[in-house]
Amino acid sequence: MNDLTLPRTGETAAAPIATAPRRRRSLAYLQAAPLALVFLVFLVVPLLLTAVVSFWEYNEYAITPALTLQNYADLFDGCLSADLCTTVRTYLSTLKFVALTLAITLPLGFSIAYFLAFHIRSDTVRMGLFLLCTIPFWTSNVIRMISWIPLLGRNGLVNDTLRSLGLIKAPIEGLLYSDFAVVLAFVHLDTVFMIVPIFNSLARIDRSLIEAARDCGASGFQTLWNVVLPLAKPGIAIGSIFVVTLVMGDFVTVGVMGGQQIASVGKVIQVQMAYLQFPAAAANAVVLLAAVLLMILGLTRMIDLRREL
Amino acid sequence: MDRPRGFAFYGLAGIFCLYVLFLYGPTLTILALSFQGPSGGLTFPMNGVSTHWFAKLWEGVGVVDIWAALRRSLMLGLVVMILTVALAFYAGLAFRKGFWGAGLVFALAVSSLIVPSIVVSLGIGLEFRLLDDAVKALADATGWGLLQDHGTFMGLYSSALGAHLTWTLPFGLLIMFAVFNRFSPAYEEAARDLGATGAQTLRHVVVPILAPALVGVALFGFTLSFDELARTSQAIGGRNTLPLELQGLTTTVTTPEIYALGTTTTAFSALVIGTALGLTVWLQKRRARRALAGLRP
Repeated sequence: MNDLTLPRTGETAAAPIATAPRRRRSLAYLQAAPLALVFLVFLVVPLLLTAVVSFWEYNEYAITPALTLQNYADLFDGCLSADLCTTVRTYLSTLKFVALTLAITLPLGFSIAYFLAFHIRSDTVRMGLFLLCTIPFWTSNVIRMISWIPLLGRNGLVNDTLRSLGLIKAPIEGLLYSDFAVVLAFVHLDTVFMIVPIFNSLARIDRSLIEAARDCGASGFQTLWNVVLPLAKPGIAIGSIFVVTLVMGDFVTVGVMGGQQIASVGKVIQVQMAYLQFPAAAANAVVLLAAVLLMILGLTRMIDLRREL
Repeated sequence: MDRPRGFAFYGLAGIFCLYVLFLYGPTLTILALSFQGPSGGLTFPMNGVSTHWFAKLWEGVGVVDIWAALRRSLMLGLVVMILTVALAFYAGLAFRKGFWGAGLVFALAVSSLIVPSIVVSLGIGLEFRLLDDAVKALADATGWGLLQDHGTFMGLYSSALGAHLTWTLPFGLLIMFAVFNRFSPAYEEAARDLGATGAQTLRHVVVPILAPALVGVALFGFTLSFDELARTSQAIGGRNTLPLELQGLTTTVTTPEIYALGTTTTAFSALVIGTALGLTVWLQKRRARRALAGLRP
């Protein structure tokens, strides 16, 4: 009895071992398929369709398949003349917001991440403060924008305080619904995207490197500039990519904080969609995507994203 | 590192405090102003304290059915949450084993984050419109009664759901990567050595160990979806989600009612975040307790 069954159990035990790698491999395909399918249907196909439709023709009533460059020609119409065309002006305006937002969020995000990573000694406190910075990220952006109205408005808290202090006589116009308000809101909403990746990079830095720099006689600033900053580069690049993408494609912040008066690339696309000018909107989207990808390409050269996780 | 705290510490601590004030100040302002008296306006001073504007909000905001929008956002958020946890978890397992095309799927997930939301939204909107046009053309060509009164495929649980997933899944996947990088395969090997099947290992070993992280992914999934605006904007049918209604209201509502609405949604988000964080802490405590109990003879 035993003699008969033993080899058999040996066989059944051996069989799974032999087939395990192959079965696990095919299981991996099954496990990754739903996610891949979502990206295929809701990212790849839509982007391809956008590219295709950008070459179509349209009138007030319908869009028709064609192969025309008219939409792109319309987009850049008059761009070679001395006074720039609308498209270039819109991009310049959006790029200005990108530059200003980066110029503020980068040092701010780095300082906060540095403070959390190097100056806080208890892990629990660090985690608590880190959560404090990230929790607003989980609440509504629109509400966080509306929150500025009672502060920045004509009779808002800022104007009232300045007036009662006697610093100004008439309220400052243009605190709200202006470039200033837009940049303020971008900093308010997007600094967290800088803090998290930079913190992640800083947290990995081996503390003995900093001790070594100090032992070799480096000043605090020299350590920061020659040791910490180069090692924080991946985080800075990832954070910058987030900020660039968020600001370049934005239409909500510019709309709400700019009082619907300031142009942005995203807003142009939104308006064209509302007027059912799909091919024109698609052409705009293709140009926007190309612009964003070019900017990101520069940033990604610095890092290997996969290694950062 | 344990040297006395110098000038740098206090300087940075100052920046940090100012940043937190900047972060929370405006929200606290509208929290206060939402309890504005009935005759009060959009700015300070407070004309008394009342829940007048919450009562008005309860009756509805103009023509917009804000509560229906809230329900829609809630339901969609829950569906997105479940799908995000499930898809990201299984994809995380797959990436761990490795498969042909893993690099490509990872690149897709990253590009889903990087492509501006308005472009994704426009693409999904176009995709569904073209699909509708195709169905209508087919209906005209064949005369099949089944297709004649086709409206649109666009809707909360089709195009909007897809749009939300392109935003939540990359976050979910990145979290799963970070989690699995710190997860020792020894646990699974031990389970396998003790004769557990793959499914049993998953159910009794992997999921319990990763539970706090999965709660985190769920939190990301729900809140990102609940507050999503840019990707939904062009990819939704006739009935809007709450953030879309809110965006419309910013230009039309000029009473503290909008602050009451803001306070309500923020309180809701805070409740969800609080519950999730509490759950994580509880799960970790329970695990620690069980581990201790297991150590006792």
